Amino acid sequence: MSESGDEIKPVSCTIKPPVYLHIGETKTDPAHSGVCVVDVTLPFGKPVNVEEITFKNYYTAYLTVRLLRRSPGQEAPSKWSTALRDLPLMDNPHTEGGSQDYYSIHRTQMQVEPDNVTSVRLILRQPSAAWLTFSLEEIKIYPHTEPDPEKEVSDWLSDLTLVDNHPDLEGLPDPQTVSSSLQQMWALTEVMQSNQTTASIGRFDVDGCYDINLLSLT
Amino acid sequence: MDGGTELSLSIAHIVQRLKGSHLHSQIERQAKDCLHQPEIKLESLKDDVRSFLKTSGWERKLQNAVYRELHVQLPRSHPTAPPEHLKEPLAYMRKAQASWEKRVLKSLNSMSTELEVPLARMRPAAEQKELANKWNEMGTDEPDLSRFRPVYAPKDFLEVLISLRNPNHDSSEDISARSHWGLIQVPLNVRDIPQLRQAYAELNLTTGQLGIDDHAHIRPDLFESEYVQVGKKVLAEQDSAAAQQYSRQGCPTGLRADLWALILNSTNQPQDVMHYEQLTAGVIQHDLLVDNLIYKDVKLTASNDDYYFVFEDFLYQVLLCFSRDTAVLDHFKYNSATPPKSYIQGKVGDEECAVVYPPNGVIPFHGFSMYVAPLCFLYNEPSKLYSVFREMYIRYFFRLHSISSSPSGIVSLCLQFERLLQTHLPQLFYHLREIGAQPLRIAFKWMVRGFSGYLSTDQLLLLWDRILGYDSLEVVAVLAAAVFAFRAENLMEVTSLASAEAVLADLSTLKVVPLIQIFLFATAI
Repeated sequence: MSESGDEIKPVSCTIKPPVYLHIGETKTDPAHSGVCVVDVTLPFGKPVNVEEITFKNYYTAYLTVRLLRRSPGQEAPSKWSTALRDLPLMDNPHTEGGSQDYYSIHRTQMQVEPDNVTSVRLILRQPSAAWLTFSLEEIKIYPHTEPDPEKEVSDWLSDLTLVDNHPDLEGLPDPQTVSSSLQQMWALTEVMQSNQTTASIGRFDVDGCYDINLLSLT
Repeated sequence: MDGGTELSLSIAHIVQRLKGSHLHSQIERQAKDCLHQPEIKLESLKDDVRSFLKTSGWERKLQNAVYRELHVQLPRSHPTAPPEHLKEPLAYMRKAQASWEKRVLKSLNSMSTELEVPLARMRPAAEQKELANKWNEMGTDEPDLSRFRPVYAPKDFLEVLISLRNPNHDSSEDISARSHWGLIQVPLNVRDIPQLRQAYAELNLTTGQLGIDDHAHIRPDLFESEYVQVGKKVLAEQDSAAAQQYSRQGCPTGLRADLWALILNSTNQPQDVMHYEQLTAGVIQHDLLVDNLIYKDVKLTASNDDYYFVFEDFLYQVLLCFSRDTAVLDHFKYNSATPPKSYIQGKVGDEECAVVYPPNGVIPFHGFSMYVAPLCFLYNEPSKLYSVFREMYIRYFFRLHSISSSPSGIVSLCLQFERLLQTHLPQLFYHLREIGAQPLRIAFKWMVRGFSGYLSTDQLLLLWDRILGYDSLEVVAVLAAAVFAFRAENLMEVTSLASAEAVLADLSTLKVVPLIQIFLFATAI
């Protein structure tokens, strides 16, 4: 997750309904191929630099992420590229492990830079015949935000120079070491004083009363 | 989230939990006091204090406390995962647990209404005094418990587990390579023998074990004497992690009490004794309906058992205090169960008057006292016994009676038992199924109690050594399968559920460690 203080809102995007690929022509005998494609289109005309994609799994075993990126420029063509191939979401496609877990894919995990993305294609695979259906839920795409550039120090400040004071110390300890160790001692006492405990008090009654008639069923 | 961030978060959590604890203030006091010592120099204050804490053993105590926190830590999860996901990730299991709980609560409510006994009431002063006087001999009381019945028995719970279904699971195929003959129909990932061999490597045929190599016929200098010496060293070092590793090959009888306390980081310092006394006061002040359930359970189970009846009084004390202990509520963060809620004086909806019932949120069922009984052999001081039991409950025993997908949860254990049996003793399983004796119906009661009350005590303690050593209840499922394997010949002869039950009725002569060892390491794959 991004470490900035502000809460980053996910980009509003359109998540198309999942398309399950079928083997065979007729709709009467839809043999499940175990592959599903979910297209997520980002707002038209506003390509996004993706920071992170989060979602909740629902019985998908492997995930491939493909990105449609447009190079900056008016007439630049868009190109599809694979950002992540076959990321395992479930340890064993036949069993429950990881089947309903929350995941996030960070831009650092992607094989290509997810900048100027106009569309994201999620290819879901579930090879096991054990499940009736599989998909991803709560898909959210978070944009990359550039950190604030450091404010430049005015030139005139850097012109000031430190004057080194070398007072005549005879038999006295070096002031720097004394002040640093005093700081440590002070920090130690500060820690001792700020004893915030997470321990509970232990009382189960409310002002001495614990008369109960019925348990709440909701 | 990358590994570095995850680690920092874990560290921050643990620091938060240990802050303000008694250990924290003790270490601070030690650090403050040591400033007087001559070897602590101002220039290297931080390092000198650190090395003092190391040599005086306080760093080790802190290590043990951190190690303990790692055991009860919430499972690693995504930051957007809601708290219920941490309790149990699978939605259908959460639902099943919630409806089971509702059933139990309804049952408790109707018991209270029918018998006209309030769920909780303050004891009048005279009654408080009387109870305080006979605190140490509550067993001599013979209250009329005939009207009370246990809220549920293990077999009721088994029916709920059998009916568990994943709505997304395709069970339409009748003939499938993975057809499962057993009763549990949820596709959890359970380990098979090759994986268990790797995980439980210390139990293999070539490693010395207590429970096998300490037999009277074997010379002690071949294994036992040296092993006991190592155990003494581990205790001298006071290292929790080392003790846990040591326990995998068993704990010597003379050292077991201290080793288990060390593994669980269970201390018996003045503040623990004080906490226990506070709980005692809670018992004396308020009378709870669940107290009667506890009395009844002890009378029906432990008091009837040849090994445990002598500990009747201890069991009352520990279990009554346990139900008043709000510190137990902490474990519901990672337990799929939820503590029952109520309102005092009938003020429903007024959150100021909301309380948890019982105070520890755990409603005892038939056989619950058997979790405590074996520990009475190890600890004779009530506050120490209590401390160890509570830690064992919040680490292991709670998983045996709540519905969850955890690998140590009862659902996984049942499934693992059935899979092991079907994979390695298919003829036996098929035969038992045909005669209407599904193996789980016999083995369930053993597993729910962790075999307490079914094995002889010394064997049970050897089994629980491994539960602690491997931090998992899997050995319970493995032992259940091993017992069936051991009695396979007799079981193949029987023709009814009743006779199958009879073959497996008496486990008191079994030696658990050879059974587990042979099943894991000598079964042909």
